[in-house]
Amino acid sequence: MTGHDVVFLLVALTTAGAGIMTVTSKNLVHAALFLALTLTGSAAVFLVLAADFVALAQLLVNVGAVAVLFLFGLMLTRAPIGREALDGQHRGLAIGVSGGLFVLLSVLIIGAFGGEGVREVTGPGVNEIGIALFAQWVLPFEVLSMLLLAALIGAIVLARRSPGESGTEAEPTHIELSGDPSTEAERRPELTAGGER
Amino acid sequence: MSEHALWVPFFRAIVVFVYFLLVTAVLIWAERRIVARMQARLGPNRIGPFGALQTLVDGVKMFFKEDVTPAMVDRPVFVLAPLIGVIAGFLSMAVIPIGGEVTLFGETFTLVVSDLNVGVLWILAMGSIHVYSVFLAGWSSNSPYPLMGGVRASAQMISYEIAQGLAVASVVIYTGSLRVGDIVAAQSGDGLFPGMPGWNAIVLFPAFLIFTIGMVAEAGRPPFDLAEAEGELVGGFHTEYSGMKFGMFMLAEFMNVVTMSAIMVTLFFGGPSGPTFGLPDAVAWVMPMFWFFVKMSAFIFFFILLRGALPRYRYDRLMSLGWKVLVPVGLVWALVTAAIVLLEEQTVLTTEVRIGLGVAAAVLVGALLFVGAAPEDADAIPDERDPQDDAAQAPGAADRAENAEEVGT
Repeated sequence: MTGHDVVFLLVALTTAGAGIMTVTSKNLVHAALFLALTLTGSAAVFLVLAADFVALAQLLVNVGAVAVLFLFGLMLTRAPIGREALDGQHRGLAIGVSGGLFVLLSVLIIGAFGGEGVREVTGPGVNEIGIALFAQWVLPFEVLSMLLLAALIGAIVLARRSPGESGTEAEPTHIELSGDPSTEAERRPELTAGGER
Repeated sequence: MSEHALWVPFFRAIVVFVYFLLVTAVLIWAERRIVARMQARLGPNRIGPFGALQTLVDGVKMFFKEDVTPAMVDRPVFVLAPLIGVIAGFLSMAVIPIGGEVTLFGETFTLVVSDLNVGVLWILAMGSIHVYSVFLAGWSSNSPYPLMGGVRASAQMISYEIAQGLAVASVVIYTGSLRVGDIVAAQSGDGLFPGMPGWNAIVLFPAFLIFTIGMVAEAGRPPFDLAEAEGELVGGFHTEYSGMKFGMFMLAEFMNVVTMSAIMVTLFFGGPSGPTFGLPDAVAWVMPMFWFFVKMSAFIFFFILLRGALPRYRYDRLMSLGWKVLVPVGLVWALVTAAIVLLEEQTVLTTEVRIGLGVAAAVLVGALLFVGAAPEDADAIPDERDPQDDAAQAPGAADRAENAEEVGT
């Protein structure tokens, strides 16, 4: 085993462990954090494969933006956050689907690249990636950006309500000015009585 | 780079690390002295000459203070949050050259930890990792004020990161490389006419402006320090922190000021390049370090002046500045830069045509600022206010031109 292999193994094990923790942890925010760690790990895998541009793009977009937005959404919608235990009802189904996918992908990848030995990689530079992206793959790229644009507009439509349009309105707080005992001492006279003795 | 002896990378890492740590320590002292001066106070003046060793003593104090961890916090995340901030701060320094070529014991190398192929992306990525620190600190404290601070800070950082990214994109398009070394090298010659420095700040002035505003917001410094607005949020995201954990947040904040200034100098002001005045080679290697330090100090000073001079910005205005002014202007400017670069590749332009194009681009961006920047709802009324209040406020608020210059000064 070369040093390269050792590094790859460490990165791969960390990533896989973080992936498992993502689906097993009961705390929503912890799960999201492990997801961020998984994504960082996959960026590190790209780095090990000498694809530094892809690695940093992955770090910038997935860890720096997507996972942060995830956490942000959690914080805004479930403010006392993640304190309640998290458990899905479809555990068996989920295990089945993910196990099936794992087997399928493994078979495909081993079938396609199983015979290849280890090779030195001198990956394509940023220029080649850019030219390939905007010459050969420009259609998928544009379709993807249309999708993102649609999501953006959808988010604005959802967020943009005129005041008073929202479904639930909180009851205004009533302050009773008479009759209601207003101090702790009046409400629970036995305490004060005890104190004085 | 692999041809160097084994000690060279270690040496470079240690030099850069110590350099930025020292500058941070000096910054903390300088900031306290200068702000004190601006407020007609004395500032720290007891320990060392002019109180210069105060930072050191404060650091020791932080270490020995009791480190209170509240009972209800999410302990692993609570401990992790300050660490992420400091680590991201240190890592982003790795691609910034602090000096020119240095020859030591027969080895010639540049004073930078690693000049990555995609160094600019590295800076941006570390900036986005830094968001986690603030965010997780706010969440894990399990208390309302830190949570508010964390949400504010992360929303602010994400928004301004986009604007900053667009500004950096136009630098990258103009230079044609993501490597920090290339960006520095491209700025080292003369500008449009001899004698004018070839700094990106001149050619890409709108990008420079956006980056300046963005860097203040990214570092969470006044006037954009909404995350720790002490009047509203007690201490913001670090309310529940004490002892050295709090110290690490402070360190991360000040270090961010230093790194942001260093990045600014590297991307827009030619980094360590500058005249050497025909000095002999034995001395000339000091000049790049000197220039870098001078340029960086100028921006650090700018940060300190901002803190002393400006009141805190209102949160909704901060957001609308980021999204409705900086992002569109950054986008248009990146497009303009790309168009001009493309034109330059296709045909050979004379200096006059270049200046004409530059003026046209400046007019375009200026028009965008004045036409697009002040829509009616730029002063969007905070939700909790009554409609009557808004009607009364609208006329006064509408004519406040919300352009970048106003914020910059």
